[in-house]
Amino acid sequence: MLLKKLSEAYGVSGDEGNVRSLLRTELQDYAEELTTDSIGNLYVKKGLGKKPRVMLAAHMDEVGLMVVGFEKSGLLRVTAVGGLDHRVLVSKPVVVGNNHVPGVIGAKAIHLQKPQERKKPLEIDNLYIDLGVQSQEEAEKLVKIGDYVAFRSSVNEIGENCLLGKAFDDRAGCAVLAEVMKADFDLELTGVFTVQEEVGLRGAGVAAFNVHPEAALVFEATSAADVAGTKEAGHVTQIGQGPAITIMDSSFITPQYMIDLAVKTAEKLGIPYQFRRLTTAGTDAGQISQTHEGIPSLVISIPCRYIHSPATLINLDDYQNTIRLAKGILKAIEEGGLPCEGTA
Amino acid sequence: MDSIERFLKEICEAPGVSGYEQPVAQLIKAGMRDYADEVREDRLGNLIFFKKGTGENRPRILLAAHMDEIGFMITKIEENGFLRFAPVGGIDPRTIVGQEVLIYAKERLHGVIGAKPPHVTSDEERNKAYELEEMFIDVALPEERVRKLVSVGDIVIIKREVIKLAGSTVSGKAMDDRAGVAVLLVCLQELARLQHCADVYAVATVQEEVGVRGATTATYGIVPDIGVAVDVTHGDMPGVPEHETCRLGKGPGITIGPNIHPTLGEELIRVAKEYNIPYQLETAARPTGTDARAIQVSRGGIPAGLVSIPLRYMHTSVELLDLADVKMSGRLLAYFVAAVDMAFVEGLSCC
Amino acid sequence: MKELLKKLSETYGPSGREDEIARVIREEIQDYVDEVFLDKMGNLFAVKKGTGTKVMVAAHMDEIGVIITYIDKNGFLRFSNIGGVSPFIMLGQRVVFANGTVGTIGMEKLDDIKKLTLDKLYLDIGAKDREEAAKLVKIGDIAVSQRQLVFAGDRAIGKAMDNRAGCAVLIQAMRELGDTNNEVYAVFTTQEELGLRGARTSSYRVNPDLGLAVDVTLVGDTPEAPPMSVELGKGAAIKVKDNSVICHPKVKEMLTKIAEEHQIPYQFEVLTAGGTDAGAIHLTREGIPSGVISIPCRYVHTPGEMVDMDDMESAVKLLKTFLTQPIEMDKIYPCAL
Repeated sequence: MLLKKLSEAYGVSGDEGNVRSLLRTELQDYAEELTTDSIGNLYVKKGLGKKPRVMLAAHMDEVGLMVVGFEKSGLLRVTAVGGLDHRVLVSKPVVVGNNHVPGVIGAKAIHLQKPQERKKPLEIDNLYIDLGVQSQEEAEKLVKIGDYVAFRSSVNEIGENCLLGKAFDDRAGCAVLAEVMKADFDLELTGVFTVQEEVGLRGAGVAAFNVHPEAALVFEATSAADVAGTKEAGHVTQIGQGPAITIMDSSFITPQYMIDLAVKTAEKLGIPYQFRRLTTAGTDAGQISQTHEGIPSLVISIPCRYIHSPATLINLDDYQNTIRLAKGILKAIEEGGLPCEGTA
Repeated sequence: MDSIERFLKEICEAPGVSGYEQPVAQLIKAGMRDYADEVREDRLGNLIFFKKGTGENRPRILLAAHMDEIGFMITKIEENGFLRFAPVGGIDPRTIVGQEVLIYAKERLHGVIGAKPPHVTSDEERNKAYELEEMFIDVALPEERVRKLVSVGDIVIIKREVIKLAGSTVSGKAMDDRAGVAVLLVCLQELARLQHCADVYAVATVQEEVGVRGATTATYGIVPDIGVAVDVTHGDMPGVPEHETCRLGKGPGITIGPNIHPTLGEELIRVAKEYNIPYQLETAARPTGTDARAIQVSRGGIPAGLVSIPLRYMHTSVELLDLADVKMSGRLLAYFVAAVDMAFVEGLSCC
Repeated sequence: MKELLKKLSETYGPSGREDEIARVIREEIQDYVDEVFLDKMGNLFAVKKGTGTKVMVAAHMDEIGVIITYIDKNGFLRFSNIGGVSPFIMLGQRVVFANGTVGTIGMEKLDDIKKLTLDKLYLDIGAKDREEAAKLVKIGDIAVSQRQLVFAGDRAIGKAMDNRAGCAVLIQAMRELGDTNNEVYAVFTTQEELGLRGARTSSYRVNPDLGLAVDVTLVGDTPEAPPMSVELGKGAAIKVKDNSVICHPKVKEMLTKIAEEHQIPYQFEVLTAGGTDAGAIHLTREGIPSGVISIPCRYVHTPGEMVDMDDMESAVKLLKTFLTQPIEMDKIYPCAL
């Protein structure tokens, strides 16, 4: 299963090579052209020369850590890459560097902590990666400064049609994009698997500049806070309720005509959908929509619980429905063109 | 005093606050023009030194060091002629109380940054740091005269000469990043005797301190194949973990991380090793606060590198560095440039 | 101009949903320019053709507002902010949606008013339950303050002076623009309050030789205001710096010279918070020398924003004179070395 393979691949922001080659292999038989750029975005093109030109984007990178120093004992000092909640780090297995050297994130055992210490979250400065080595020399043989560190966790199906694993943000979006690229449309489609979204939407603007599309669709995973202790007003999205359409976030406000396109398509095809009920955080659409003369964009997300942690949860119906909705929207563009009348 | 030290001293002492880099730009132009084939200035004031490469198929390399410095701007003239001011760029207000300043008004005025003196403040107040809004500049002139000479928007810098300290260390204002500009000079001087295939655009950029603005437009205009920023990095000091700083005098910092093209980082390290130039590895887990941040995402993406000079007390008027690091950085860049050909550049987009 | 300002101020147009205000502005300006068009971002372009220097003048037409994020079972609406919205200012406000639905803002019981945040506020549109509310308002709908503009002498008080005051100045200057060789792109931009977004893409499209923005600025002439020199009624403000732009010294100089020569009241402005469209324009492509004409405004981002009509007139005169005169770009860059 592609989604499982993608989730289990390691690809912290700036180090997306594994994910990129996986996707390249998956899509090479479907693409008319497959290229990369200097920052590491992967471009998959189909229907060259057709109109209009639409860009589809999903980011390959995941949040993680980076090795910044060694202790004499061989423990590794790390810093965060992307928006990690440092409270979830402790006691998780990880892999370090290109050789995927296994390690664990350790901290002082609770027995050794004073009562007041126990109440405080463990800051990244108080956490170390332990490779099981005895000295700095031994550690340096296995890993080096600047090595990326990713969570190590495998994908499992749990409960009713749910998937538990790491990095569904945004490997689930990557899987959606890959599936969409396998279908045929009477459009020029460029699927871009972008890099470095988690460290500030770095790849997407560059990609949009290169592709120069007339419109863009971004596939994401977004917070689902439909959990105990959260009031319904703060749920943002709920799993199992269908793909989430973004109206606004910190980086982007969706043009009404793009929202209408998504809603009409979903309703016509009987696909459940929800609006993302939070106006903060950002996605690649923030950069894409601001490139060149402005590119009308739309963000469709798979609701995801415990996002940015080693164990995130999505619903497979949401995943399938996101693929259906994406294909439906492209079909609608194929038939009715882009919905931005009256503009030059 | 050698020529690099003299050049650095001269440009550090000149005013060139973000957006108002003209005075220092003139000195930089005068000091570097002999080593370039062409000098031009772009629409925002970036100063571009072009040095042509040899051969048919020439890659374009951008080397960027920002020439702007942090400073202040007058916001209001108060009764009695006291001047209120705002920072341009990031300043720790605690470091500026009692500093002598120069105000570039209709004529240059000498003043001092004052605040309510300790005798009239309570114990409680004294335990709190001064905030910028409480401070003012005193030029000791009658209000009427101040109003005649000073306008809102006038530029202010801290008055400071470069001080020579032990060994090859120096201290002063605006070492961030005039030292980087000096690195560009060393590099161009070295390139005068090296064969290089690539066309070199050594740029003294503007407005880095207010959000890498000059590098944004300069990179767009130059359309380079590669861009390397030269900036300063935090030097070693007590209380700061070793892995977060670089040691003074131990060579340039070479940065790796998402902001940096991995091959460029590796190549800089390879060149340093080949020419026995000491270097220190720096990690940046997020976009750096340097021109490299803008270079990487310009147009369709430009492979970016970053070379840094270790420096203590950043964004104060006593920034301290070792000239040996400046020279080593310049040599590193020159040998790096000399090694770049089209095949290298083409390899940067195939990952 | 009073009538124009009133009309613009009272029109609905939050960031991202500027169609209605764009329609109103189009009507007011189309007879005075050679070409009018909208782009995909909703920016409205009004072009006066010419063969001389190409100047883009941006005035953002969007205003701040609140966006609905949730409707509870009793028909109360929760919301988030569009742009810089203070919960303290919103408390007790009457707001209106694009479809005319109005509501009033209330707050949850709080033990300390200092703890007031936007998520403690809710909007009551008089609906009895979720179903009734959903007939009037959907998640994602945006409301703005409902407030009539009034004149207190020569000073106007109303909502969205930021930046309908700038729009009025730009419209008026284009109406009064005499013969000029310059090619003038008056752009009424979108989404300024969300981060200068309309200006970024429109200036990329226009690619002007020189950029100007017309926007409101804060003042330092109210009780216990932070130190800032700009005062209401002391003329148009020529911006030196804000958080988004350090105005090109030569452009600032040109504006100053015109004000001096034509005896137009002016003041310099250094704003330590906030930004404006020039912040995006000047970083477009290879860089575009840019300046800003500001209209002093009290109580920015409240429904009682106040501007002075004399300052507005000064701004019109300064802008129109600048656009009429020949602009010699070689005097701006390369800067003489």
